[in-house]
Amino acid sequence: MKDTLNSSPPVIEARGLNLVFQTADGPVHALKDLNLTINRGDFVSFIGPSGCGKTTFLRAIAALEHPTDGTLTVNGMSPDEARKKRAYGYVFQAAGLYPWRTISGNIRLPLEIMGFSKADQDARVERVLDLVELSGFGKKFPWQLSGGMQQRASIARALAFDADILLMDEPFGALDEIVRDRLNEEVLKLWARTGKTIGFVTHSIPEAVYLSTKIVVMSPRPGRITDIIDSPLPKERPLDIRDSREFIEIAHRVREGLRAGHLDD
Amino acid sequence: MRGLSVPPVILPAPFAIAATIAGSLPTLWQDFAQTILKGAIPGFLIGAGAAFGVAIAIDRSPFLQRGLLPIGNFVAALPIVGLAPILVMWFGFDWQSKAAVVVVMVFFPILVNLVAGLQASERMQRDLMATWGASYWQTLVKLRLPAAMPFLFNGLKIASTLALIGAIVAEFFGSPIYGMGFRISTEVGRLGLDMVWATIAVAALAGSALYGMISLIERWVTFWHPSQRH
Repeated sequence: MKDTLNSSPPVIEARGLNLVFQTADGPVHALKDLNLTINRGDFVSFIGPSGCGKTTFLRAIAALEHPTDGTLTVNGMSPDEARKKRAYGYVFQAAGLYPWRTISGNIRLPLEIMGFSKADQDARVERVLDLVELSGFGKKFPWQLSGGMQQRASIARALAFDADILLMDEPFGALDEIVRDRLNEEVLKLWARTGKTIGFVTHSIPEAVYLSTKIVVMSPRPGRITDIIDSPLPKERPLDIRDSREFIEIAHRVREGLRAGHLDD
Repeated sequence: MRGLSVPPVILPAPFAIAATIAGSLPTLWQDFAQTILKGAIPGFLIGAGAAFGVAIAIDRSPFLQRGLLPIGNFVAALPIVGLAPILVMWFGFDWQSKAAVVVVMVFFPILVNLVAGLQASERMQRDLMATWGASYWQTLVKLRLPAAMPFLFNGLKIASTLALIGAIVAEFFGSPIYGMGFRISTEVGRLGLDMVWATIAVAALAGSALYGMISLIERWVTFWHPSQRH
């Protein structure tokens, strides 16, 4: 639906994308013939078993991996150019905060590297701390906070420099389900407030269905897309939407897509 | 001691050593200044500085990594009894040659630790730096050097004891008529064992103080490391 309303150019576009790793055991086809269009403001989940290339694709968007073949553009540029323009914030599975810096210091780090003024840095740190509900924890060191709070700080860090694309690689994979539910809700709120384009890698079907406007189902050996589902769920999503008929139908379709990928093995 | 009839030449009584220390403070201070303040500490600082510079150079160039580490290893493996006389020939009898011996002795352990430390940051943290478009130097200063600090301090602690040994032993191969190594070797010859022990006491104190100072700085710099969190 969004696609028809929105005529602005796609944020991320992959055409005939292939990525082959050369390993000691011979070449590994991590991504095969990927075609995907992500529009401004989309929340796109990538779901699939280990080795399906979901993380590799996210890394390719961030120019951390380089495709062997095909085209991949970010805001109409190559991923490398987009990286130099600071087009994205990246959130990894582990928070990856620097233990020698306070929470504020960690969030400030990308701003220092990008050369924001001191006053601007302070204002931005305050704003994103508030956004992830960590106000008052700025002076703590990472090891003094719980895993969930650390991960929220790493999201704040990715938000601090206002990249329009947020790439999240299983950001809540290491957290327990209660914390995870809460953070999922927060990510949705954040997305609604900031209007960012989000790429989100996950193992969890409910997580993918709950969060996304577009679900990309992938399967391994070689890593490829088996289904792309445009979610009919409304943008406003209370947690109990997960008991609705529509939700269960989409989850079912995702499960079918995952199973189809395995039948080819 | 008296009860066991240990001769003073084998082991002087503690009070005799204490009396010697109290009675020879000016001599002991002069020896200390010559060996520790002029030989060991400047040598330690120069060696650490050189190791730091070379570690960065090695980090920038894999070619140097293959070339310089083996050479450093080779120099570190040279026995001090061979090295010290040569450096005394080159740099003279005074403290300069002692500092040179210390430089050679502390250089390699610091270098090896720092080179390892520069590899200690996690891949994810380096990837993060890359997504922010950080330059080599930004990544070095803001990520890799701080992450290397626990390694650097291991190197510095090992080197601090080596510096003391180097500065004292090098004086055996030529020195002015003062210095802790000179004192030990001449007093042994004169059977002045109380003075030998007094000098050893000063050396032990100086070594502990140097080590303690480095530990304090370490606690301050690497407060974030699990080994330092209390």
